[in-house]
Amino acid sequence: MNIVVTVKQVPDTWAEKKLDPTTRTTDRKSVDNVMNEMDEYGVEEALKIKEAHGGEVTVVTMGPEKALETVRKALSMGADKAVHITDEALAGSDALQTSAALAKVIATLSPDIVITAAEASDARGGVLGALLAEHLGFPQLTQARKVTVDPGAGTVRIERQADNGYLLVEAATPVVVGVVEKINQPRYPSFKGIMAAKKKPLTTLSVADAGLDPGTVGLANAASTVLDAQPAPPRQSGTIVKDEGDGGTRVADFLAAQKLI
Amino acid sequence: MDAADFSEILTTVRTFIHERVIPVENEIDEKDEVPLDIRDATKEMGLWGFAIPEEYGGLGLSMSEEARLVFELGYTTPALRSMFGTNNGIAGHVIIEGGTEEQKRHWLPLLASGEVTASFGLTEADAGSDPSTLTTSAYRDGDTWVISGAKRYITNAPIADAIFVFARTNPAVPATRGISNFIVPKGSPGLTIGPRDHKMGQAGAWSSDVYLDEVRVPHTHLVGGDDGAGYGFATAMRCLAHGRIHIAALCVGLAQRLVDESVSWAAQRHQSGRPIGDYQLIQGMIADSVTDLYAGRALVIETARAFDAGSDTKVGPSATKYFCSEMVGRVADRAVQIHGGAGYIRGVPVERFYRDARLFRIYEGTSQIQQLIIARHLLREAAR
Ligand SMILES: Cc1cc2nc3c(=O)[nH]c(=O)nc-3n(C[C@H](O)[C@H](O)[C@H](O)COP(=O)(O)OP(=O)(O)OC[C@H]3O[C@@H](n4cnc5c(N)ncnc54)[C@H](O)[C@@H]3O)c2cc1C
Ligand SMILES: Cc1cc2nc3c(=O)[nH]c(=O)nc-3n(C[C@H](O)[C@H](O)[C@H](O)COP(=O)(O)OP(=O)(O)OC[C@H]3O[C@@H](n4cnc5c(N)ncnc54)[C@H](O)[C@@H]3O)c2cc1C
Repeated sequence: MNIVVTVKQVPDTWAEKKLDPTTRTTDRKSVDNVMNEMDEYGVEEALKIKEAHGGEVTVVTMGPEKALETVRKALSMGADKAVHITDEALAGSDALQTSAALAKVIATLSPDIVITAAEASDARGGVLGALLAEHLGFPQLTQARKVTVDPGAGTVRIERQADNGYLLVEAATPVVVGVVEKINQPRYPSFKGIMAAKKKPLTTLSVADAGLDPGTVGLANAASTVLDAQPAPPRQSGTIVKDEGDGGTRVADFLAAQKLI
Repeated sequence: MDAADFSEILTTVRTFIHERVIPVENEIDEKDEVPLDIRDATKEMGLWGFAIPEEYGGLGLSMSEEARLVFELGYTTPALRSMFGTNNGIAGHVIIEGGTEEQKRHWLPLLASGEVTASFGLTEADAGSDPSTLTTSAYRDGDTWVISGAKRYITNAPIADAIFVFARTNPAVPATRGISNFIVPKGSPGLTIGPRDHKMGQAGAWSSDVYLDEVRVPHTHLVGGDDGAGYGFATAMRCLAHGRIHIAALCVGLAQRLVDESVSWAAQRHQSGRPIGDYQLIQGMIADSVTDLYAGRALVIETARAFDAGSDTKVGPSATKYFCSEMVGRVADRAVQIHGGAGYIRGVPVERFYRDARLFRIYEGTSQIQQLIIARHLLREAAR
């Protein structure tokens, strides 16, 4: 099995997230960055498929130089090699542009399975998997909580998470699979894995190396533009009603004033 | 090791402890058991062999690196590190310090992967602080050795695949020179493991008595081979010196946790309308604990450096184990005090750590024995 898994470096889930005031894109410089948590599940699933059926796991990311840390983490978990698309010109790319760039590179790897997480915790677009599938011309299996691969038949079957149960869905390879957190318990990088990560093959691609048209990438060429961003207004402090015998009436009056009752 | 790799290892261990172990500390204490998934994860990460040389499947950390890793491990229940503490520490070092090349090649990779759990069997009911008086004995019968006796408080014995048993092989020579070490596999006829000790603290870390009734092991299980006979005691002392810095580092990690628990409690607990941290008497206790912690950490770092350099492998480890184990006792006592009544109630971390910490002044040499080692060494030098 030739497995590709996409990963993204995001601001730490616990960090206060900010937008750059001029570009209105995610500020990645002033915070601790980590691997998108859900991507850890994707990497784990890729490793599990490899352990069960043999093959190779390639991690692919697009992001600034610092995103190399996230690539290393995936390699130290056990992925075999990595491709890092990085170029100043890519900064500010939207989902459409990112998926086009990733698809172009992923296609050259001839994967049987491409694993993506359901979403990244920064932008929370949740569209990358679908866009990749479209670009690659692969079927897409989404919200997978369990993946079963049949290499002989060339099929992948998933349990698709639903509100009150699951759906059993199958597609022929090559296929894009989107995973949810329920799917597994990601491993911690082993000490040996950490030490080996730096020696694993890493391909760094610029816009030109990846064969992308410079006129299509980056903030200036994005199909969508964030015009404005405002933080949510701070919560109003609540009204405390002290019960002096008439508490019930006063609460009811309050709710009526808010047109809630 | 490469500094960037090592720092990545520390981060991974810290994350693992925060995500997986701290949330189940109370459960480990109540059930007296570390969950199997945590046990397996520690094996996969490589925690069972960090002190075992790289050429034998371990990570080969220097003492200085090991100390920094153990600072992290000390931050949670000591039951975690106890699982792999014997493999990396006193038991693994029996083979590292005293084993033949063949024994190293066979046993160390098994210990490093966690496939085999090993125990260090030195203490007996009547030979604790002075193990040179041990009475477990072994005699040679052709190609086998026959071992009889009993061991006490042997960490990990209930789950051990092999127990490294110290036994007297030559009663004719002075006490310390007639002791040898044998690898006794689980299931050997005549080997019985007693019930788990019911301890004050460190629940989840198991110890028990070990009984040997004419247990036969092949000659190849004599640690050090033909040359190993009579060197068991010297090997034991070298294992313990390494282990003492390890225990001291563990105490520092635990002291850090106790300080963190104390400070966060003092900041949010109110009395007389103010956080108790506003009161100078509380501030005094916090300052004393932080100062103790800083002193302990600095001492471990310096002693580990000197140990690696080979310039102090005896007094330093003893002084460090002595200071840090007493230090964490003081810090734990203050932590309970700062918590008031809550500090005495089960389920509150400092109550548990107070019990856990007490052991450090007792095992791998009591505080009194460390005092003797430190003073006697200097007095012997002076008498020369
Ligand atoms: C939980 C636990 C786990 C352990 N794990 C292991 C293990 O894995 N392997 C192993 O071999 N052992 C192990 N031990 C044994 C441990 O090392 C001994 O308990 C320790 O060395 C003290 O020996 P003792 O209990 O016989 O106390 P004793 O030696 O009887 O000491 C009693 C008191 O007398 C003091 N004392 C003794 N001699 C002197 C002296 N000459 N001068 C001044 N004071 C003295 C001691 O300091 C102490 O205060 C473990 C013990 C415990 C409690
Ligand atoms: C087993 C047990 C049995 C008990 N039995 C009873 C009982 O039968 N009846 C009953 O009424 N109570 C009982 N208590 C409650 C006990 O008296 C209180 O726990 C004790 O007074 C401490 O109060 P606290 O736990 O709220 O701690 P806190 O008052 O929160 O104290 C926390 C820390 O802050 C310090 N501190 C608080 N105020 C100041 C200050 N102004 N300046 C400096 N330091 C300060 C304290 O000394 C302590 O170190 C019991 C408690 C326990 C644990």
